[in-house]
Amino acid sequence: MNLDPSVPRDLLLSLLPELVLTAWVLVVLLFVAWRHQTARDLRITGWLTLAALVSTAIAIWWLWWNRAGVRGVVSMIAADDFRWVADWVFVGAAALTVLISIAYLEREQLLAPEYYVLLLFGTIGMMLMAAGADLMVIFLGLELMSVAVYVLAGFDRRRARSAEAALKYFLLGAFASGFLLYGIALVYGATGTTNLGMISVQLSVIRQQSAMLLAGLAMLVVGFGFKIAAVPFHMWAPDVYDGAPTPVTAFMATGVKAAAFAALFRVMYQAFAGVPVWHDIMWWLAVITMIGGNLFALGQRSLKRMLAYSSVAHAGYLLVALTAGSAQGTSAFLVYVVAYTLMSLGAFAVLIAKGRGGESDVTIDDLSGLANRRPWLAFALAVCMLSLLGFPGTAGFIGKWYILIAATSAGQNTLAAIMVLTSVVSAGYYLPVIMAMYMKPEPIEAAHVDVRLDRWANAAVAAVVVGLLLFGVWPNRLFDLAKTASDSVHAVGATEQSPSGH
Amino acid sequence: MYARWVLTVLLAWPLVAGLVVLLVPARLAKHVALIASLIEFAISVPLWWTFVPSGGMQFTVDYPWIAAWGIHFSVGVDGISLFLVLLTTFLMPLSVLGSWSYITKREGGFYALLLVLTTGMIGVFVALDLFLFYVMWEVMLIPMYFIIGVWGGDNRLYAAIKFFIYTFFGSLLMLVAILVLYLHAGTATGTYSFAYAHVLSQAQTLGGAAWWLFAAFFLAFAIKVPLFPLHTWLPDAHVEAPTAGSVILAGILLKMGTYGFLRFALPLFPTVALSQPVQLVIVILSLIGIIYGGLVAMVQPDFKKLIAYSSVAHLGFVMLGIWALTLQSVQGALLVMINHGISTGALFFLVGMIYERRHSRLIESYGGIARVVPLFAAILTIVSLSSIALPGTNGFVGEFLVLVGSFRTYPIATALATTGVIVAAAYLLTALQRVIYNPLTHPENEKLTDLTPREILVLVPLLVGILWIGIYPKPILQRMEPAARALIEQLKPGTTQTQPTIGDGQP
Repeated sequence: MNLDPSVPRDLLLSLLPELVLTAWVLVVLLFVAWRHQTARDLRITGWLTLAALVSTAIAIWWLWWNRAGVRGVVSMIAADDFRWVADWVFVGAAALTVLISIAYLEREQLLAPEYYVLLLFGTIGMMLMAAGADLMVIFLGLELMSVAVYVLAGFDRRRARSAEAALKYFLLGAFASGFLLYGIALVYGATGTTNLGMISVQLSVIRQQSAMLLAGLAMLVVGFGFKIAAVPFHMWAPDVYDGAPTPVTAFMATGVKAAAFAALFRVMYQAFAGVPVWHDIMWWLAVITMIGGNLFALGQRSLKRMLAYSSVAHAGYLLVALTAGSAQGTSAFLVYVVAYTLMSLGAFAVLIAKGRGGESDVTIDDLSGLANRRPWLAFALAVCMLSLLGFPGTAGFIGKWYILIAATSAGQNTLAAIMVLTSVVSAGYYLPVIMAMYMKPEPIEAAHVDVRLDRWANAAVAAVVVGLLLFGVWPNRLFDLAKTASDSVHAVGATEQSPSGH
Repeated sequence: MYARWVLTVLLAWPLVAGLVVLLVPARLAKHVALIASLIEFAISVPLWWTFVPSGGMQFTVDYPWIAAWGIHFSVGVDGISLFLVLLTTFLMPLSVLGSWSYITKREGGFYALLLVLTTGMIGVFVALDLFLFYVMWEVMLIPMYFIIGVWGGDNRLYAAIKFFIYTFFGSLLMLVAILVLYLHAGTATGTYSFAYAHVLSQAQTLGGAAWWLFAAFFLAFAIKVPLFPLHTWLPDAHVEAPTAGSVILAGILLKMGTYGFLRFALPLFPTVALSQPVQLVIVILSLIGIIYGGLVAMVQPDFKKLIAYSSVAHLGFVMLGIWALTLQSVQGALLVMINHGISTGALFFLVGMIYERRHSRLIESYGGIARVVPLFAAILTIVSLSSIALPGTNGFVGEFLVLVGSFRTYPIATALATTGVIVAAAYLLTALQRVIYNPLTHPENEKLTDLTPREILVLVPLLVGILWIGIYPKPILQRMEPAARALIEQLKPGTTQTQPTIGDGQP
């Protein structure tokens, strides 16, 4: 179904998932204003939130199924398979976050149901970022997402670390937003438009690249680099990830990162495909992010900080997919981001089970002997670690392999080699987790007595494990989805030599 | 019919059985595992008769797996891999039986991992798709990592992570090389496929890239073999692993490296592999392995470490034989691979058995125990002699063939390698003397009990193997010969006609 955004009905249709979710947010907000006292209210809010996410996912599915698209017209909203797949990732990440939050909020006495409202606002922001065909829409989405997440990071207001995280994230985030906005302004100055498609047209007309354009592009990269936590713009990430309540950290590490990447892909391919200089920038960014993230992670003793740095490293791998600069790179990105969302959320969920009573500093050694007491949680965390490491049989391997194929077929053999070498380094911090759980005895008999997850968080972990193993062995459907999605972003007719499709 | 399903079943059965082992009560785990591995062996035995020596790749199966990348589940067996598959299925029931009383904690997990490991190892030997090969190559890493890390000795954590990281490092570079090969074949033909035959058919047009790719494959396989100076993970892993782990490490895992050279590194990059500098490097490293491995073994106070270093030496012979590329040397190398699996496996079993009684692996803790445990002493003597390569045992046939065959290609290196045989006699006979002869000085040893029926049951099949290959190796050599000849013809066309044939009529 082809949508023409100048017709109101079509415009509404193209924004259907966002509208559905916004309507739900209002419902939830009303409910929260009315009932916000007891743990039971909190639980009901959680269910409403899940219902909201499920209906949004159905709306996305409906558009995807009907092949909704905005084709051939200049529009501020993109409607293509890339957007639908990215939306599914955000909604999935949000839903898993809800599942692991339900018991967490009660346990940590964070009895404020506004938590879920903020989560949904953040999700709408992410969806707008993936939908934006105009720099302004992307910026609006980014701000909507960021503001919600700033608050979420400081949600545990009784703890100084959480407040510190929120403030740090807010100050640096605002600074980065400034960069992004200034970059948009400069790009507008150079091309006279903020629409991605029009920028690309203008650039092909202007031909020569002005300093203003390059400066604008550089600032865009800084702004996005901050949100995806690429080295050297990652400084905030460890402290913020560490200080924020763990479900929020999980949401930031997966949803926020995926959204920023989705927008980055769209901007780079639809607007700046004709400015090859960004490939070089991204090449270096990818290299230092992979090396930096992995080396920093190696030195961490706290599991949460280790996961924070590991998410920096994974941003580096995703940047490799971006640098490849092909449709293949984009579908590799989508496959990897699905895998990464699952494995990262799974790891944080198990961390929630272990870190209770405000004790957020779970070191890797604290997991010693977990496999004796909680074999299922230990197995789940082991699968997540192996997947993060990129071990065959897990989705993480399939994703990494796809990125490697994309990089090598784009001639980026050096980048591929650096990627695998840094992956070897990552074994140095993922394996000790498995080692502690399985190969070390528990320090005291009762070390893991109170380690448990409620039924919903367990369901989330089970879904993660099944997903990781399933996509690790049988990724065919995921590939098909990712391939059509990436083809929809890349200009039609730009056929390239790519292995997939033969 | 059998040919259609045998390899698939060999790969799938251990996985299913592994799951069952996890689910049954812990006290039944070893029984189920033993039955499962015996069934696995029984399934594999008819391979021996149905295999047609001149038939090339056999028992092939090919299903599409990940169509988008041209990945197939594609497996097959030829004269090179047949015996490695059989060796694997042969050693697995013995390993289960050998762990019977050694493994006391978390039995279910141990035997399940052992079975998963079987799938991984067989998968490596039968994979005809480079992606499948890589997956299997990695898949076997995790069970071994757990086996060393959970059930190993005092220093097991260090050994486990060292083993993992060494192998992982090598294999990831191989992964990139596999990708480059895939893309090269894809752009050249328009068909993107990881099929071994497809990639192989385009490998000669690689040009200068072949050097880099060979280096990546070389590193992965050389770590596994292990070639000096990449061998340092091996003593740690072998010593710390539980008995079954050491047996499988030495018996099968090391062969994956040499198999990789035979199947991938040599046929894919013949010009690089047979260039002067590469030959020189590999032959020198093999020689260092043979002599240095032997010399280091000589000074080991720990019996298990001694055997571990002797593996470095034995695998040096294999590498020398492979690179000499004569019919005799390649067949000899293949035979040494099997022999080493049997003899060193038996040695590790024996050390494990005495360790269970005395809780010491140090040679000096023993002495004079031949009077206390005569059966143990007798078997240890026979196995040691086979490891030294005494005529009449399997070790002799293999090493002799390697030396005779290699002499045509590298006379000086072969002459030096021969000293390795003498060194082997020196360290093993000395150790043997200090363990089972000499006066009985430690009173603790007076109460040692001799081998139990179960332990005899573990050792007898290995002894039969030692003597059978030592006396009548023809059936094995016969089945290997066409594959070895085809490999050499592919690399050095026209050289095999003039070489003496072994296995057919001649001694």
